[in-house]
Amino acid sequence: MNTVKTLFSATALAAALMALPATAQDDVITVASTTSTENSGLFDHLLPLFEEETGIEVRVIAQGTGQALETGRRGDADVVFVHAKPAEEKFVADGYGVARVEVMYNDFIIVGPAKDPADIAGGADAVDAFTSIAETESAFASRGDESGTNKKERAIWEEAGIEPSGSWYRELGQGMGPTLNTAAQMPAYSLADRGTWISFENRGDLEILVEGDNRLFNQYGVILVDPERHENVNAEDGQAFIDWLVSDVGQQAIADYKLGGEQLFMPNAK
Amino acid sequence: MHGTLSILPLEVADLRYAVRGKELLRGLGFKLLDGSRTVIMGPNGAGKSLTLRLCHGLLRPTGGRIDWSGPAGGNATKRHAMVFQRPVLLRRTARANLIHALSVSDVPRAEQAERAVAALAHFGLSALAERPARTLSGGEQQRLAIARAWALRPQVLFLDEPTSPLDPAATRAIEQMIQSIHDEGVKIVMTTHDLGQARRIADEVLFLHHGRLLEQAPADQFFSQPQTEEARAFVKGELLW
Amino acid sequence: MDGDNAFLTAFHLILSGDPALAQIVALSLRVTLTAVLVSCLIGLPLGAALSLARFPGRGAVIVVFNALMGLPPVVAGLIVYLALSNTGPLGFLKLLFTPTAMIIAQSLLITPIIISLTRSVIDELWSEYEEQLRSLGSSALRAIPTLLWDGRFSLVTVILAGLGRAMAEVGAVLIVGGNIAGYTRTMTTAIALETAKGDLALALGLGIILLLLTLVLNAGAFLSSRIAQRQAA
Repeated sequence: MNTVKTLFSATALAAALMALPATAQDDVITVASTTSTENSGLFDHLLPLFEEETGIEVRVIAQGTGQALETGRRGDADVVFVHAKPAEEKFVADGYGVARVEVMYNDFIIVGPAKDPADIAGGADAVDAFTSIAETESAFASRGDESGTNKKERAIWEEAGIEPSGSWYRELGQGMGPTLNTAAQMPAYSLADRGTWISFENRGDLEILVEGDNRLFNQYGVILVDPERHENVNAEDGQAFIDWLVSDVGQQAIADYKLGGEQLFMPNAK
Repeated sequence: MHGTLSILPLEVADLRYAVRGKELLRGLGFKLLDGSRTVIMGPNGAGKSLTLRLCHGLLRPTGGRIDWSGPAGGNATKRHAMVFQRPVLLRRTARANLIHALSVSDVPRAEQAERAVAALAHFGLSALAERPARTLSGGEQQRLAIARAWALRPQVLFLDEPTSPLDPAATRAIEQMIQSIHDEGVKIVMTTHDLGQARRIADEVLFLHHGRLLEQAPADQFFSQPQTEEARAFVKGELLW
Repeated sequence: MDGDNAFLTAFHLILSGDPALAQIVALSLRVTLTAVLVSCLIGLPLGAALSLARFPGRGAVIVVFNALMGLPPVVAGLIVYLALSNTGPLGFLKLLFTPTAMIIAQSLLITPIIISLTRSVIDELWSEYEEQLRSLGSSALRAIPTLLWDGRFSLVTVILAGLGRAMAEVGAVLIVGGNIAGYTRTMTTAIALETAKGDLALALGLGIILLLLTLVLNAGAFLSSRIAQRQAA
């Protein structure tokens, strides 16, 4: 029967197309990281260097910190590379990660419209700035996605003793880029990581208004998912990646990454 | 088709068919014998097409019996074929239409093409073999439909108003085909509302009216001395409803 | 202004023959076309069978498939994600964050479309063909390939509807593919990424290329079906 023959070859074709190109899984690791790291372009700079040196292919999945940690908890990634210290420590304490290793930092900045209705420009105190924004009920765009940036933002509100609510406070549930896109249009204040900000092109009217507060320090950590918890974890290659990140070569590579002459991340491995 | 055991005669007793409580056939009884050309006549709504469909097995009667009581009657399904008023031809070539029909009726694959070509040639349709069936004229389509039915080598051929949408030339061609199929020994059972056609073709007439069989008679007798009021009016060309 | 930039960007991208772009386009095509193929293998016969079959609860099945045509991509993605996740029932296959996972998610998304639309095409055809096919002795099962072949010109539109949905879809492939550069990054996830980066011109430029690609596929299907139709009527 012709039909049967056609059906058979179509099925075979589908199966062939679905099948993976044969890759030695040993030389591949999956890293769950954050949108801010990915969007900043850092991985495009680092990974080719690492891959050339070790022959290990790194597949980066950019998610919010919360989602990235969940990916690690499920054992769907070998390494987690995020920036939310308390959540990372809990991840390790709960037995999902081997150890948390500090790699680099950058900082958060408060951006907002140049008109600056809350009059916070030039300040160096994040809590004061947030208080002014709340008092003037100036529009504020929050990521609202459980990301590291979102957690940092909520910590500042808490310190200011403010429970942000009302029509001026917009929880977007989006990544850093979309949040900045929205903030530029509203316009609204927002808390952003410097890496995303520097590489972000659609700033519109937004400017950096507050920076330099110690509270805005943003530490990045990297964690190997515990192979005793998930046996499919490629621990050897994952550890090699972590070792490389904190090595002199890796640290220098991080320091070398610049956009428009500006360094985005400061290596600070111990 | 010859030399094998016959499925005929076809014995129909108290045949009833109702749709949602409305009786469309009210107890038909007749017997169809081998050899003759039976024409079922009657005005619109008499139940002619229904009777054919029931005999062909497309519909299930709501009462009564349809028995192929010949020696091969137990396995009659594949031994009778039907040609519809509006033939449904598949969207493929004329030849592929025949091959499909042969394949569906489990003719071995090796024989299909040969039998299809032979059937087309038999009715002078070879020139149309590679034409998409749907692009043929109405008359050509009906001739192809008859060739398709013939290719299945039926012992009985049902035809439901096979020429009603056709012009006189096409009608003549179809009637010739029916004649030649009859000459080969195939039992013809057809419906028509065309008196002239019935006179040309019928050996025997079944006259239906309002779901009842009013007369079953040899054709010359039916046309010269109809027994019922309704049949007399019908033969005179006075339409009955 | 962004619009002008986008067109220029699109042109530059196409003319530059950027290998990264070529890879993204190739992956998009591979994932989408394979998903469409898989969905057709499942959906065309199933849709036709659903049209011909009579069984209790058939109406409910039809309604369910019709509703599944509106399955949100994110939900389809999430279902596949949970199934393929290391801790999920199919975790041992190690397919999460691979192109295969994306094909599975897209197949899940478009198979209901193929089934439902095929059923409606075959419904119509069956009402025309039923008596004739039954008269020829065709069983319902045997009628399925006949009807699919005779409905081929209408079914091209059905397949294109599935293709369109798969080409445009981003939610499901993002979740199960992970948008990994050079591995699971497709046109749509790249557009989402560039939008997130605020590079709207590049995002729109990629969007224009995607649109052109879809246009070419549709035009190809339309023309070949048109030519075949003229030959076969």
